[in-house]
Amino acid sequence: MDQLLQQIINGISLGSIYALIALGYTMVYGIIKLINFAHCDVYMIGAYIGFVCITSLKLGLIPALLIAMAICTILGVLIERIAYRPLRNATRIAVLITAIGVSLLLENGMILIASPQVRVYPQIDGLLAKSFDIGRITINMKQVLILATTIILMILLQFIVKRTRIGKAMRAVSLDTEAAQLMGINVDTTISFTFAIGSALAGAAGVLVGVYYNSINPLMGLLPGLKAFVAAVFGGIGIIPGAMLGGYFIGMVETMVAGYGGSMFRDAVVFAILIFILIVKPTGLLGKNVREKV
Amino acid sequence: MKKILKAKGFKMLTALVLTYIIIQVLVSTNIINDYMQATLVTIFINIILAVSLNLITGFTGQFSLGHAGFMSIGAYTCALITARIPTTWGFILGVLAAAIVASIAGYLVGLPTLRLRGDYLAIATLGMSEIIRIIFINMDDITNGAAGLLTKRFVNWTWLFIFTVITVYFISNFLKSTHGRACISIREDETASEAVGINTTKYKVMAFTIGSFFAGIAGALYASYFYVIKPDIFNFNKSVNILVIVVFGGLGSLSGSVVSAIVLALVSSFLQAFSDVQMILYSLLLIIIMIFKPGGLLGSRELSIAMLGDWRAFIGEKFKALRSRKEKKTTAKEDLDNDPVENK
Repeated sequence: MDQLLQQIINGISLGSIYALIALGYTMVYGIIKLINFAHCDVYMIGAYIGFVCITSLKLGLIPALLIAMAICTILGVLIERIAYRPLRNATRIAVLITAIGVSLLLENGMILIASPQVRVYPQIDGLLAKSFDIGRITINMKQVLILATTIILMILLQFIVKRTRIGKAMRAVSLDTEAAQLMGINVDTTISFTFAIGSALAGAAGVLVGVYYNSINPLMGLLPGLKAFVAAVFGGIGIIPGAMLGGYFIGMVETMVAGYGGSMFRDAVVFAILIFILIVKPTGLLGKNVREKV
Repeated sequence: MKKILKAKGFKMLTALVLTYIIIQVLVSTNIINDYMQATLVTIFINIILAVSLNLITGFTGQFSLGHAGFMSIGAYTCALITARIPTTWGFILGVLAAAIVASIAGYLVGLPTLRLRGDYLAIATLGMSEIIRIIFINMDDITNGAAGLLTKRFVNWTWLFIFTVITVYFISNFLKSTHGRACISIREDETASEAVGINTTKYKVMAFTIGSFFAGIAGALYASYFYVIKPDIFNFNKSVNILVIVVFGGLGSLSGSVVSAIVLALVSSFLQAFSDVQMILYSLLLIIIMIFKPGGLLGSRELSIAMLGDWRAFIGEKFKALRSRKEKKTTAKEDLDNDPVENK
């Protein structure tokens, strides 16, 4: 029982990170129907910016987090502007290949700049190094930090999407781009804004992963990126609460499988769940079934 | 006799034999050295992979991101068989078994997942190939885990040439058959083809099975040439690389796949010289090509001898136009030169 609770707590931390990345995937997919393969590399770059801020610039964690989010925002918008916007009317597969190209570019660019070796995040002392016990369960302050940051960001996101003008525009464009355009919504700005929010969340996830696992490398985005995408599909792609739910579920499953002796198979289990969900309910858990009309 | 000489098949055959002889001469005179021969082999394997994926993605319109998974099944099957029977016959048996096992896997994977459409199918096939890879990593007793298997070399480039020709020939003929046309109709409009009585599930699974059959052959050839196979070779990046070849050549163009497999292999072996920035240049090239030519090199057209004729006519016309413009210019110049004289 204790072990189960402990695994749940670990699962929540990992799930928060997946959820943050999955939100970026799901929003971009919802709005332009693109699997943005470069998204997981934005997350990687966020981790590196956090690393530079903490080690070279000697900043605290919160400023590092904010700077990483800001730079990732700019990066996300730039990627959309340079690589995806010229292909707005091209086939989806062409855009997908471009996204893969951008992903390769970011990864290899980072390898060139920062060398392929693993970097170790500095240990953060003070309050964050502490952990406390409830019964026989240990809760790390880092886990609290991750959960708190994630919850704050998600509330902020919900606020932006549900309560602001630009959020309304985002929902409108993802529902029907042409109709939104006819109503006088600037579609390009809205898409840029979606990329900005998604990339900011990915940047935050990158810094949090660096703090939690201590090590980062230029290819760190690959597998978490895939799993976060699985999380987005699991919850119903294009649906924001779905991505959160999926992220926590996938994180939980992964830590459970690893915790109960199947650590070699944890990735396989995640993908098996994905395929099962896709076959049983292809639109994801929260997705609505849309009938195709001829 | 004239009829035979004029037949399309004969021309094709001559072209193939000529290609073979030219490459063989280059190899035996050592102009194509061992290193370049490895590139040559990579080109042939990539052609088989790209053409078979093009059948699934380009012609049937089913977006698959898991081609490397079927390749790995073929590679391991063949490696395990040739380890037991290390002869040429063992190799041939291995290739056949590899193709059959891979196509069975393709059938089993395709049957449930092909109900999905578009990106969902892509993600499902991606998940499948990752699962296959993880299973290979964990079957320590048989596959030697992440370290991989050591294999012997059974093939030279002649074998690869033969298998590549068979693959392209089979798939291009399949596409001209009733079944092939049914597959193409699914790409054009799934609902409409279902409405005219085409069993879409059957043909989708058929295309997927045939595609994995040839991916299995490519894997077997890989295992029989490159001494070592390990699960990480057949990861997500490998699937993506195959897809890049297909899209770069043009979805729905077999000759496009062949041309782009050759071009991309040459580009990346040329970029070896700049090993630091090799991948950066490659990815930049990819982005730029996609932005300026999103349909790929050939779109969905096929390269043919008739097309070469068209090109010749096209170039001839341009040339003529250029010359006539030049003539006009010179005459205009003469007019100008003459004018003042006349005025005087």
